Amino acid sequence: MRCYCLQNGSVKKEKRRPFIESFEKIPLLTAATTFIGFHLILLMGYITSIIFTPKVAREKNRKGYVPLYDRFESFYSRYVYRRLRDCWNIPICSCPGSEVTLKDRVTHDCGWTFEYTGTRSTALNLGSYNYLGFAQAEGSCSEDSAVKIKELGCATASPRIEFGTQKIHQELEALTAKFVGMEDAITFGMGFATNALNLPSIVSKGCLVVSDEKNHASLILGLRLSGATIDVFKHNNMESLRQVLHSAVIKGQPRSHRPWKKILIVVEGVYSMEGSIVRLPEILELKRQYKAYLYVDEAHSIGAIGRNGRGVVDYFGVDPKEVDILMGTYTKSFGSAGGYIAGSKAFIDHMRVNSHANCYATSMSSSCAQQIISSMKIIMGMDGTNEGKKRINQLARNSRYFRRRLNQMGIITIGNNDSPVVPMMVYMHSKIASVVRRLKTNNIAVVGVGFPATPLMEGRIRFCLSAAHTKEQLDNALVHVEEAADFLGLRYSRKRRSKEPVHYSDSESEVE
Amino acid sequence: MVGKYIQIGERNCLNLGTNNYLGMIENPEIEKSALECLSHYGVGSCGPRGFYGTTEVHLDLEDKLAEYMKCEEAVVYSYGFSTIASAIPAYAKRSDVIFVDEMVNFAIQKGLDASRSQINYFKHNDMEDLERLLMEQADLDRKNPKKAKRTRRFLVAEGIYMNTGLMAPLPKLLELREKYKLRFFLDEAISFGTIGKTGHGLTEHFNIDPSEIDMISGSLENSIGSIGGFCVGSHFIIEHQRLSGLGYCFSASAPPLLMAAAITALDIMQRDPSIFQTLRDNSTFIHSQLSSQLPSDLRVHGHPESVIKHIRLANPSGDKVADEQLLNEIVDK
Repeated sequence: MRCYCLQNGSVKKEKRRPFIESFEKIPLLTAATTFIGFHLILLMGYITSIIFTPKVAREKNRKGYVPLYDRFESFYSRYVYRRLRDCWNIPICSCPGSEVTLKDRVTHDCGWTFEYTGTRSTALNLGSYNYLGFAQAEGSCSEDSAVKIKELGCATASPRIEFGTQKIHQELEALTAKFVGMEDAITFGMGFATNALNLPSIVSKGCLVVSDEKNHASLILGLRLSGATIDVFKHNNMESLRQVLHSAVIKGQPRSHRPWKKILIVVEGVYSMEGSIVRLPEILELKRQYKAYLYVDEAHSIGAIGRNGRGVVDYFGVDPKEVDILMGTYTKSFGSAGGYIAGSKAFIDHMRVNSHANCYATSMSSSCAQQIISSMKIIMGMDGTNEGKKRINQLARNSRYFRRRLNQMGIITIGNNDSPVVPMMVYMHSKIASVVRRLKTNNIAVVGVGFPATPLMEGRIRFCLSAAHTKEQLDNALVHVEEAADFLGLRYSRKRRSKEPVHYSDSESEVE
Repeated sequence: MVGKYIQIGERNCLNLGTNNYLGMIENPEIEKSALECLSHYGVGSCGPRGFYGTTEVHLDLEDKLAEYMKCEEAVVYSYGFSTIASAIPAYAKRSDVIFVDEMVNFAIQKGLDASRSQINYFKHNDMEDLERLLMEQADLDRKNPKKAKRTRRFLVAEGIYMNTGLMAPLPKLLELREKYKLRFFLDEAISFGTIGKTGHGLTEHFNIDPSEIDMISGSLENSIGSIGGFCVGSHFIIEHQRLSGLGYCFSASAPPLLMAAAITALDIMQRDPSIFQTLRDNSTFIHSQLSSQLPSDLRVHGHPESVIKHIRLANPSGDKVADEQLLNEIVDK
């Protein structure tokens, strides 16, 4: 139960939303068949490589040079990845909204080469990161962006610290800071670069970084470039985090045993491969106890979770200033490109001078900045409508409904009930490709992920829900997913399946 | 708009500070194509290249770049900085050796750090120093031939160095590359679209076949006036980045409107090669004027045809803080 003191002096009590996460373990038989299946693919690949010549590009005029690629890497990419290659890099010809037009292509030689058929097909888009449905070619956001292109051009050709700072960047930073509830913010042209180029300015040699094992590649790269010592804790596991912090504080630096210069905990708001939400209140408790700093990467959570779309701090109802550094990207919920870091004014002033991205990388395009400003104002309700609130509620409703319906079918979905990312476990490589291809013939575009992005035995189909999806579209998708589940055997869950209908509403008391 | 003139506070100044070499930022054709693309695709692409983030515009731009640079394939990144910073670690790993000029730009330095290879810096544009380092490495290889068979060797240079304005001696670098069996990556962030009769970069300037160079990387943020970067080379080399380039696989693809702007810029460059002559004339004119008219305590550095000119103190005092203060005063004035 949470209590709020309102301005008129009365007290409002609110029931705290339960934190429901599920990580059902893989059934033993499935684990065995996945393992055998993967090694069978490797064996078949090995035999194919001996009998047939691969249709790959060969190096010319480089005789006597050390081979450029590792043997296993080449083998994996030619004989494992290549078989399933048609499931990825599918070109699109329209805006990636709730529906997307795909450019059809076929392969006549098992994935070595592709040929465009000349036709296009429209599919329901469950693969793009369009959480609040701002990927629109029409509407006020696009119109505002068009005006800015005419006024300020496409780019500035200069880093921020030289001549790349325009008034729109300052407006964007002020608005972002207000949105996330921090004192100040700084923005960059690319989300990946925001992590990779700014972490080295935050931590350095002699600092300890405690990082979640499932952190994104950009965080890992940034931490490696910083030169700090990295300790990993089990995914979203607070006991593991506590042990790592405890040990770090007691033992200190490796050889000298001096205390660490600083300890930074790096986590994500919503993990895009697991669909889990970070346990923020517990981490804040540990942070206070061990006097560590906290960096939260809200790439997938900003705009997507929380009552007002303000990310994990809003979701848990904590004061944003308790988190030291909030980072996020504008690609997912705002339909634009770029990233930001928000924190105290002193910290952001330090970043303005010391950030590698600020000093050496080009500033954001004005059209992208305007798209973010327009969409952020809509989410905050500053445009005078309740469009933002409607979108946030629609997304929350879609996420919960979709996940519950899948669970009712007996399909294992992992992660938090409220996360807009719904990973459906299929485990086997062959099933990833089969589900993607089968759903594509039914005009549903989904994304399959497997090794090496996920652990070897944990192939999954990742659904990204959007506020732009309607109940009818989701129901249609669920019908085809159920068909695929029956055909391919995806009902792995051993939990009790309820036969009660799942209601499409905001109510918390829906039947499990 | 940050074009030929730039508004700073109340003053309208002639812009000699941004990387808008061909004046593409103010070009109305580019604005038109960006607006057309915006009305079709919206702003963001909402996904990485592997997950429905690849649009026809991205594929078109890659084909056009490959054709323009006379190479087999091109790969486009969404940010100029990430291009070379992701490309180098995609090929060079912990056990490899990289020979690189000491004055390379910051993005290359980050790429080298990320690769975790052994880095050997040679003195700026000093081919004898490079040859000395290569001979030392060859000696080490002779002592341990088993290790040598597994160690890849790379050579990284820039077409025009951002930090000095000088041009890399490409023919000599290629000679050394051939002799010591190195893989050569050339970063043409500045020289693409500015050097060469028709703006094809250093390979055109020195009349060299681009296939001699393993990979050429460039930026869409300088001459082209958009945002992003690209790498061109043979199929064998470039295909690898589509699975191993971190900035390509794990980042959202570039907004389609910026790609459309880049395509239009390339069309303009192909259609109207006279802009390169104008740029070259401007660069050489400024260079000659600065050389003759600067006061004696300032000197101009850089290749006459380079678009980047460095003005340095002729006799630096040795105290970095005092020198910087003096330079800041000159800039403010």
